[in-house]
Amino acid sequence: MLPELGNFALILAMIIALAQGIVPMIGAARGIPSWMAFARSAAWAQLSLLVFSFGILTYAFVTHDFSVAYVANHSNSALPLSYRISAVWGGHEGSLLLWVMLMSAWSTAVALFSKRLPLEMVARVLAVMGLIAAGFTSFVVFTSNPFDRYFPAPLDGRDLNPMLQDFGLIVHPPMLYMGYVGFSVAFAFAIAALLGGRLDAAWARWSRPWTIIAWVFLTLGIALGSWWAYYELGWGGWWFWDPVENASFLPWLVGTALMHSLAVSEKRSTFKSWTVLLAIFAFSLCLLGTFLVRSGVLTSVHAFASDPTRGVYILMLLGVVVGVSLVIYAWRAPQVKSAGNFALLSRETFLLGNNVLLVVATATILMGTLYPLILDALNLGKISVGPPYFNAVFVPLMIPLIVVLGIGPLSRWKQDDFGRLAKILRYALVVSLVLGVLWPWMLFGKLDLMVVVGATISIWLVACILLDLFYRIRHKSSFWKGLTSQPLSFYGMSLAHLGVAITVVGITFTSYYSLEKDLRMAPGDQLELGGYLFQFDGIRDAHGPNYTSTKGIISVTRDGKPVGTMYTEKRNYTVQQMPMTEAGIDPGLFRDLYVAMGEPLGDGGWAMRIYYKPFVRWIWLGSLFMAFGGILAASDRRYRLMARRKAGLDIDAKLATQES
Amino acid sequence: MKARFLVPLILFLLLIGLFVAGLKLDPRKVPSPLIDKPAPQFSLPGLLDKEKIIDTAELTKHKVSLFNVWATWCVACRQEHPFLMALARAGDVPIYGLNYKDKREDAIRWLNQYGNPYVANAFDEDGRVGIEWGVYGTPETFVIDSKGIVRYKQIGPLTEQVWQETILPLINEIRAEEG
Repeated sequence: MLPELGNFALILAMIIALAQGIVPMIGAARGIPSWMAFARSAAWAQLSLLVFSFGILTYAFVTHDFSVAYVANHSNSALPLSYRISAVWGGHEGSLLLWVMLMSAWSTAVALFSKRLPLEMVARVLAVMGLIAAGFTSFVVFTSNPFDRYFPAPLDGRDLNPMLQDFGLIVHPPMLYMGYVGFSVAFAFAIAALLGGRLDAAWARWSRPWTIIAWVFLTLGIALGSWWAYYELGWGGWWFWDPVENASFLPWLVGTALMHSLAVSEKRSTFKSWTVLLAIFAFSLCLLGTFLVRSGVLTSVHAFASDPTRGVYILMLLGVVVGVSLVIYAWRAPQVKSAGNFALLSRETFLLGNNVLLVVATATILMGTLYPLILDALNLGKISVGPPYFNAVFVPLMIPLIVVLGIGPLSRWKQDDFGRLAKILRYALVVSLVLGVLWPWMLFGKLDLMVVVGATISIWLVACILLDLFYRIRHKSSFWKGLTSQPLSFYGMSLAHLGVAITVVGITFTSYYSLEKDLRMAPGDQLELGGYLFQFDGIRDAHGPNYTSTKGIISVTRDGKPVGTMYTEKRNYTVQQMPMTEAGIDPGLFRDLYVAMGEPLGDGGWAMRIYYKPFVRWIWLGSLFMAFGGILAASDRRYRLMARRKAGLDIDAKLATQES
Repeated sequence: MKARFLVPLILFLLLIGLFVAGLKLDPRKVPSPLIDKPAPQFSLPGLLDKEKIIDTAELTKHKVSLFNVWATWCVACRQEHPFLMALARAGDVPIYGLNYKDKREDAIRWLNQYGNPYVANAFDEDGRVGIEWGVYGTPETFVIDSKGIVRYKQIGPLTEQVWQETILPLINEIRAEEG
């Protein structure tokens, strides 16, 4: 009975989403306030229904209701409670339900925090989001219903894929989806602005905090996915350029470009039609990612059970959403006038450089991801494009990006003076060139060209951030006063940029200085790697709620002093008969020690894989900095200030001087 | 309406056309000219034991056998591996491997780490045998009968579904033919 109620709520949510898409849109076109105001109540109603529906599915998992097909396929009576809850989004149907619920949560957030926006704008934004939500909810209802029943109900469930029984996988999908659907807000603002013909600084300012928050979620989601791959797959790798990873990385790259382009649109009232296009692209790439993952047109390790009817449905959804928005763009964007002119040497130029490099990077990765599909469609054969291609095209684009990234914040809007910039930047140049060689050499005692490049651009970036801070506060009466007088958005930007430097250091050092050893170890055997002594102490049998396992115990010492004991496991999940390796990791800020156990080799010997991975944590630490920077930037005072004024146009000038 | 504002729309329509075409294709299905033809002859050193030569005759010693093309650099092979292990444990059909364009020590390490489902592995370092067998990407699995005829080719990982729906019925059919 309860699952039917959940299904009913889902259908009702779909109908309300459709109404939310149509009624306020007409209201905005005809100027009927009550029709426009309907958008807010519809958003609330839709969210309540979807939360209810989601709650019922969760309840079915918690209470082992195996008559629900989705529960039977993704749970088991031995599955612990925490994984029963996360199993709600462990498969195709439930993850889509989570998707639509989060989408309506964003709608409701817009309804809640838009009190000072013109009603017409709110109505259009929520209508666009309502239409997208209606599309996705109908996708769930008609092709991927999580409430379908099995009759007769099976005695027990088939269990959740063991790879997904893990903390990282509990939090990774919700974060990623929050990012994906979050870009629908920026998209809806762009479409609403195009329709309303008010593509102005106020529009850019309204979009910015939403875009930044969506970007923060996406950043965290991608970082979590990478971290999960690192410790769970047992390979010690953290990025594979898999089509599904690319599907999340593409909107991130365009979203990053969008954030920066929105800054130009807000401050200088230029780049506007380009910014709108980026907003459309960012969300389109989220939809494209969904299509690629769920339709089975590409092979990937993340394969969801693919089904041609689902592929057709999402393709139609993608075609309608993106097609219509690009038609609106082609129709309305030519009327947009860009106001500001800028000189060749100006902050606008550097931000343009940022945009061009990010969009080119997106295009090359998209090309690599789709290339197998293109060749296949043209009957030219089947191929797969792997990391060598992606590394070869992506890294050379990121190097100039980071150089520009350092200069951008130091440069002036509209026109800058080469002499002035050169005078500031020469310090950064000298410091980065010297330390870029010395630092890795002192740490590791050997060099590689790419290591020097990576270290140099990272230090360059850090030096530029510090110089920026210094030049901003040096005229203030005191150091402290200088620090506190800077707006939050400045600290947000600097932290996020610092995060980029940290991640680049992590990637560079891990890629070039990791040590790896595969060997047979019997109890008592020792291995020295990266200055650490690993001793295999033996194995122990263990068992969890739904698996049996063999635990390998390795004690680590350095210069005779104990560092710790590491446990690696070979688990066998009893229901799915799937062996899993749990890596033992001793994490550290400057190095990870990583041990993964293989098969028994007889005579008490085991295959062991031992890694020493310097600075690998920095990859994710940098992402945390970026995300935290984003949060600071989005909570800047002027967005709240803006909320208190109606259109916010009159404070442009005041804030522009304060900001730059 | 200025033409340049239509560029994104046109590019997008091309992309949609590509996807429509893509949906009709199964990335795992590649017509192989080898189906119902004799398996290409090869003779390669073994992976674990360099001295032992693995050749086409070796594959045809059984009523039916699987010939699985894999490599350590292939992520999908990692995904497929547990299923091969399960098949090997069931012991119903012998699985031979072609370790394709790989490093010997990497491949041995892989087998030690994740288990060895293979009766024997041929080591195809430069990929020449793979080319003769028409290997596009890894993993691929051929079903070979005792007369050395290629009966089926699976592109992409073997899964429970493919096994139950396609390969197992075929194997039963081959066994029935051979009595």
